[in-house]
Amino acid sequence: MSSEVMTINTTTIAPPIQEDDSAGVSLWKDAYHRLLKNKLATFGGLFILFEVFICIITPWIAPYGFDTQNLELTLAKPSAAHWLGTDTLGRDLFTRLLYGGRISMMVGFLASMVSVIVGVVYGAISGFIGGKLDNFMMRVVDVLFALPFVFLVIILMVFFGRNIFLLFVALGFTQWLTMARIVRGQVISLKEKEFVEAARSLGISNWGIIYRHLIPNTLGPVIVYLTLTVPSVILDEAFLSFLGLGVQAPMASWGTLISNGVEVMEIAPWALLFPAITLSVTLFSLNFLGDGLRDALDPKGAKD
Amino acid sequence: MGLRYLLGRLAVMIPVFIVVVTVVFFMIRFAPGGPFDSEKQVPPDILKNLNAKYHLDEPLVQQYLRYWGDLSRFDLGPSFKYANRTVNEIIAESLPVSAELGLISLVWALLIGVTAGGLAALKPNSMFDYIPMSFSILGICLPTFVIGPLFVLVFAVWAGWLPVGGWNTWQDRILPSLTLGFAYAAYISRLTRGGLMEIRSQDFIRTARAKGLSEGRVIVKHALRGGLLPVVSYLGPAMAGIISGALVTEQIFNIPGLGRFFIQSAVNRDYTVVMGTSLLYFSLIFVANFLVDIVYVFLDPRVRYE
Repeated sequence: MSSEVMTINTTTIAPPIQEDDSAGVSLWKDAYHRLLKNKLATFGGLFILFEVFICIITPWIAPYGFDTQNLELTLAKPSAAHWLGTDTLGRDLFTRLLYGGRISMMVGFLASMVSVIVGVVYGAISGFIGGKLDNFMMRVVDVLFALPFVFLVIILMVFFGRNIFLLFVALGFTQWLTMARIVRGQVISLKEKEFVEAARSLGISNWGIIYRHLIPNTLGPVIVYLTLTVPSVILDEAFLSFLGLGVQAPMASWGTLISNGVEVMEIAPWALLFPAITLSVTLFSLNFLGDGLRDALDPKGAKD
Repeated sequence: MGLRYLLGRLAVMIPVFIVVVTVVFFMIRFAPGGPFDSEKQVPPDILKNLNAKYHLDEPLVQQYLRYWGDLSRFDLGPSFKYANRTVNEIIAESLPVSAELGLISLVWALLIGVTAGGLAALKPNSMFDYIPMSFSILGICLPTFVIGPLFVLVFAVWAGWLPVGGWNTWQDRILPSLTLGFAYAAYISRLTRGGLMEIRSQDFIRTARAKGLSEGRVIVKHALRGGLLPVVSYLGPAMAGIISGALVTEQIFNIPGLGRFFIQSAVNRDYTVVMGTSLLYFSLIFVANFLVDIVYVFLDPRVRYE
């Protein structure tokens, strides 16, 4: 009874000037405002946007070709001509870093896409159909969770050659498990809601319900998890490239550049430092953005 | 009841292992480019001898059964690239090195992590909280292959306090194990802090204080056991992470461990070594997770896995 009184009170006391945190604002707008309040997340987001932009225009702004060698100028110090110095073959490190960023980012986003598609479809089917199939599908996920995926990816790279598209798919397939669990949980709680009932009574098929009504409603958590998947995929790719099992020469990703930098760090520390810093700042930014998005989209779970 | 849970876990792992071994076997057999293709053209009769030696001329089913037979005797077969060496010899030589590295790293991770987390929980919102917790963000975000080279650059190349690489004296152990343990120390410190903070507000802790125990005794005797549960359940993934992190660490510091052999044979496409080592890694990680489950059942009197 008291709660009823309370609602009456608030609606009368707080008349039309409801701008920020109440009924008239959509979840997305609300989340956007909350995200902007989080400085680290905003910074992270802006930095990532900037980086994506730079990666897109790289072919036009890169001062040299990514495999242009200048054997008279190897391991040069940073200078006006070569902002970040050169590597053992006299290739411009700034250019290599830009092109490396393209590959790292591309792997990050494409592999994350693979993981989202697989995870969402798997989780939605499992949660929607339920029963024995759900039980079986989730048991499979439990089992796969126990497998060390890094080793599986390495094995795949060994047997099928170091093909960059295989790398996308393989890394994507290592990341869909958590996504599937999240989506399944969401779908299970959503599928009993009235709007699904309504859709069903209109005669919409199961696929239609999953596709048009359930999946769009799981987008929030999916996006949050996606922003956390991207850095971990970028990290995995750099890990493999560092070990010499990822991107192949003359192409380079940030992982390759770091690994090349390690070889020469005693004479040319900048060859290690610049790629290491770039990769670290990117990972930081993506993680902050992901955390910020989680807090913004799910205010209840904000505190750890 | 705890026992039934553990047996259930074991029952899941056995079919997984069978599937993994089967996949591994057929991948070796059907991989593009047979084991001897990459060498220069081998005369046909020598190839025949080689095939006979490695039993490649038998029917597939027989080979598969033979593989299981070998596995049950822990025989992982010969290396296809290093003449006269078996996978077992390679493992026997390099596994102890990796195990030592992993153990020291784990000790670092627990020692630093629990101490830092414990201090932070004792004096929240003070220097003891902020400084370690900011470091832990670094540790969580920065990958091993960035931290390791930076450590070498700062402590070995520039300061000259510690050796750059190798695996002979005790000084050689410090940087690699710190590198490998750093991320886990960071994570464990956060888990410890979180766990302790939560448990400190519980009734049985108030009871312990009411008995007149000193704060230190309350923490060590009562709070730690429950507060460390998140740390314990993290140890499984941590061990798995340390095992794969060792691949990178051994590469950076030039340590003759299993990880370096694994990567070398992966680059050289030495199929039998890759598969044998992978199987070993898989089993190690399974065992690590299983051990953690057991410890968990013992530590928490409330958890009796239904």
